[in-house]
Amino acid sequence: MTNEPMIRAAGVCKRFGPAEVLRGVSLEVGRGEVIAVIGPSGSGKSTFLRCLIHLETVDRGRIEIEGETLVETDAAGRCRYAPESEIRRMRGRMGMVFQHFNLFPHFTVLRNVVEAPVVVRGGSREDILPKAEILLKKVGLWDKRDSYPSRLSGGQKQRVAIARALAMEPDIMLFDEPTSALDPELTGEVLRTMRGLAEERMTMIVVTHEMAFAREVASRVIFMDDGNLLEARPARELFAAPEHPRTRAFLESML
Amino acid sequence: MGYVFDILPALLQGTWVTLQVFFITLALSVPLGLALALLRVSRFRFLSGLTNGYIWLMRGTPLMLQMLFIYFALPFLPVIGIRLPDFPAAIVAFVLNYAAYFAEIFRAGIQSIGRGQYEGARVLGFSYAQTMRRIVLPQVVKRILPPISNETITLVKDTSLIYVLAMNDLLRAARGIVQRDFSTTPFIVAGAFYLFMTLVLTWGFQRLERRYAVYDE
Repeated sequence: MTNEPMIRAAGVCKRFGPAEVLRGVSLEVGRGEVIAVIGPSGSGKSTFLRCLIHLETVDRGRIEIEGETLVETDAAGRCRYAPESEIRRMRGRMGMVFQHFNLFPHFTVLRNVVEAPVVVRGGSREDILPKAEILLKKVGLWDKRDSYPSRLSGGQKQRVAIARALAMEPDIMLFDEPTSALDPELTGEVLRTMRGLAEERMTMIVVTHEMAFAREVASRVIFMDDGNLLEARPARELFAAPEHPRTRAFLESML
Repeated sequence: MGYVFDILPALLQGTWVTLQVFFITLALSVPLGLALALLRVSRFRFLSGLTNGYIWLMRGTPLMLQMLFIYFALPFLPVIGIRLPDFPAAIVAFVLNYAAYFAEIFRAGIQSIGRGQYEGARVLGFSYAQTMRRIVLPQVVKRILPPISNETITLVKDTSLIYVLAMNDLLRAARGIVQRDFSTTPFIVAGAFYLFMTLVLTWGFQRLERRYAVYDE
């Protein structure tokens, strides 16, 4: 196995109209790392995550996924994305979990999990079912396999969403505020599932407001503020002795 | 009562014409409407604008005028000039007209599906076509059943417009008998026929809605 980073982002810039959301963000993520991205809302955390999986196009900068170039910027400042087929392949190495789950309401829990492997990979349902069973048992929802998402609690929905993403066998999992839409008493079950993934050495980037999770599970914590990545350090260090005054102010406000 | 049985064959013959126009129009205008809606929401500005213009034209002029135009005026147009017999002319007019209405219903349905569904599908690797077919359109169907039901019931009654091409639909058949026999009974029987047809449709759509009620959004 090489030591090639799973994700390498360099100088990623993004603006929405007049608002500069990312002002040159660079980050390398190694295999098996769990990165927690923290920072005030509007700091560009989610946008950065969405750029990595190409839900947003960057204005400038370079992103590599497992050594393959998703986007690069030439000397003239023009962004060049890989051809669509390659983008789809790179995206296939990543799974994403959204704040609002984005489950398919017209499918049962089981079908939410098996649909993409069947339709996108062209696998047969019979081959995928055992795997879906393992995944749904892992997130503790095998007995809910025939329910529709509207019958589930927020925490259950999010665990289905995690199983759905894992069904595509990604190398990297991206979490965009996975517990922010949940009632406080439901965040625990989702965080436990994520912790389990981290223990299996899944490479993860988690945008979160759960400081305890960041402190205990993340190998590195990234602090973003106003489109800049201000600190990227091992969790223990960053929480014990934040270097940047903005980080310190943010952490104090979260306590 | 014996009189009703006497006029029944003529009315049933008219009903047969009405049903033919109804089913052929429905079978062709729903897919065409869906195709128009997909063009309308596509990111190709030119196609979207063109479709918008088409919908404006078809919804902005009377169906009867469109029928008369296709039957009487089309043959004299250069290049596309073609002479259609009455039945095909009526079908073409109905399909072109109803597709415009169905297109707007489909468009409203497609645009009501949130961005999260597209993004959820996209990160799982679905192509645009797969997203539409597997994720978006099945959810659209549930949402647009009530307006589609409305439009379909209107279509049953609009079929009576084909009398302008001298075709013997249910209503024209009834009117013929009324004028012959000086009795209003045929109108009442024809009304009962229309009510029965729309009753079947209403029932069918209610069943569909119940089928889609297994999930909530």
